[in-house]
Amino acid sequence: MTVTQARGRVVSRTPVGDYHHLVIAVEGIAEHTRPGHFVALAVGGADSGMLLRRAFSIYRTSTTGRYGPTVEVVFAAHGKGTRWMADLAPEDEIDVVGPMGRPFALPKEKVACILVGGGYGSAPMFSLASALRERGSSAHFVLGAATTPRLFGVLEANRVGSSVHVTTEDGSTGTRGRVTDVLEGLVDDVEAAVVYACGPMGMLRAVADLAEDAGAWSQCVVEESMACGVGVCMTCVLPVEGEDGLVRMVRSCVEGPVFRGDRVRWDAVGTIPPGTLGAPR
Amino acid sequence: MSAAEGGRAPLDPADVDLAVDLCGLRMPTPVMTASGCAAAGRELDQFFDVTSIGAVVTKSIMRSPRSGRPTPRMVETPSGMLNSIGLQGPGIDAFLARDLPWLVQRGARAFVSIAGETADEYVELARRVGQAPGVAGIEVNISCPNVENRGMVFACDPDSSYRVLSEVRPHIPDDIPVFAKLTPDVTDITIVAGAAADAGADGVTVINTLLGIAMDPDTLRPRLGGVTGGLSGPAVRPVAVRAVWQIRRALPDLPIIGVGGIRTGFDALEMVLAGAAAVQVGTVIFHDPSAPVRVADELRDELAVRGFASLDEVRGLAHV
Repeated sequence: MTVTQARGRVVSRTPVGDYHHLVIAVEGIAEHTRPGHFVALAVGGADSGMLLRRAFSIYRTSTTGRYGPTVEVVFAAHGKGTRWMADLAPEDEIDVVGPMGRPFALPKEKVACILVGGGYGSAPMFSLASALRERGSSAHFVLGAATTPRLFGVLEANRVGSSVHVTTEDGSTGTRGRVTDVLEGLVDDVEAAVVYACGPMGMLRAVADLAEDAGAWSQCVVEESMACGVGVCMTCVLPVEGEDGLVRMVRSCVEGPVFRGDRVRWDAVGTIPPGTLGAPR
Repeated sequence: MSAAEGGRAPLDPADVDLAVDLCGLRMPTPVMTASGCAAAGRELDQFFDVTSIGAVVTKSIMRSPRSGRPTPRMVETPSGMLNSIGLQGPGIDAFLARDLPWLVQRGARAFVSIAGETADEYVELARRVGQAPGVAGIEVNISCPNVENRGMVFACDPDSSYRVLSEVRPHIPDDIPVFAKLTPDVTDITIVAGAAADAGADGVTVINTLLGIAMDPDTLRPRLGGVTGGLSGPAVRPVAVRAVWQIRRALPDLPIIGVGGIRTGFDALEMVLAGAAAVQVGTVIFHDPSAPVRVADELRDELAVRGFASLDEVRGLAHV
């Protein structure tokens, strides 16, 4: 895999609902990106006291635009790093490392797939949908959020998806409730073989459990805070069961961020479950 | 114009020699990675040629595989970060089978950091690492703040430091330099450095992280899974420079590797002026994975602009 660190230039930063859509012109990343990869951005400028990179799923890439190759991410201005990003303007510079992580695994057969996005967790799902449909698989979207402004990409899902289902907790758009409320019936209706999911950890756990009960595979993009994003700091670990049945604390940046849902010990995230390789005895 | 600038004409950076001899280990630049910030080098080789830097200091290895502490393991703090990784690692068997051979085959100078919970563990690790082919140096981490029993930080006590180093040194071949990594969380670091040197350490690496806590604004509880963590990054640099300065003053002949918050070439120069023979970059790697090469390039420029042709000309200069 080719990972690049390069100075990027902001092409645009536009508000989308409660989020921001950032387009960065940067060399060496777009052409190597596959759905599910992420980038890690340095925030705060050259003399920033903010040392840690911020990691974002790659929303889209282009290799042929008028600005040269571009990488796009979607983010919420939560903390001071992302608030700094929300002030970026065209021509501003930003240091980018990517593409990183293990991308989504694509089914070898033509099968029915469901793509679940919680909030801006839907960002990596659109390029995935295109890749799935190019291979003859279907790509049914379930997009959920607390409120309408926190949904991302409903129009685009209508364009690239085989079907689109929307849930909001306040009922302002689509079905009132959570993604799992519509997912259950949908898995059966389309006879889904794979459920892809990106969003908060609680949602991922619910989706993974539901998929497993329905006999489908799940592929989840986990959310663990990363200091480096490149595999050297060991901060972004979570308990994952290997094919040998042994649970290991694995790095979500390089072993993930996409994991098979049935492999992640969701109940034990944030702990070292007993029996983990190297757990204190 | 400063005295240094006034006295010397600037040089072409190409005429500056950054090479150092660290107790017999020849390195093309004085910039090494800091333990725990480069894993075993492989990931960083994607960003720069790991053979081009002074040495790769590997993450402290222990006798057995170790899961480390629960998450969250990291908190960003002003100009720094707290971590409570808890020495997660594969254990010495896997390290010697997989990680070290890669570094050696790649041609990097492999400086292996070892950590134990007892003096016996250090001895076993030292013996096995010392016998492994291609090891360039050994750093004895007697100061990790993230072990389960925090009362067992050997480097908080000169007697314990002496005991570990004196038991370890005979098991490592004489031509492999042994450095003791010390904590700044002590009353007088020069006494601990002296004890390590008396016990046979070839030099000291200063500093490890400082122990700290950060609170979560939502839960109003400590943010780290391990509660306390090690503070690193530019926030700790003045403490590190102070420690290097004090040890150089107290023990002028003891080789020192300066580490703590180095982000730029001038930061590295500060350490050398205070007396460091070499430097390590750590947390900055998380911000800029190319930092070990960039810092060396910037250090070369800092020397050139001041008219210094080698590190020997500036080492300890601030004491004169």
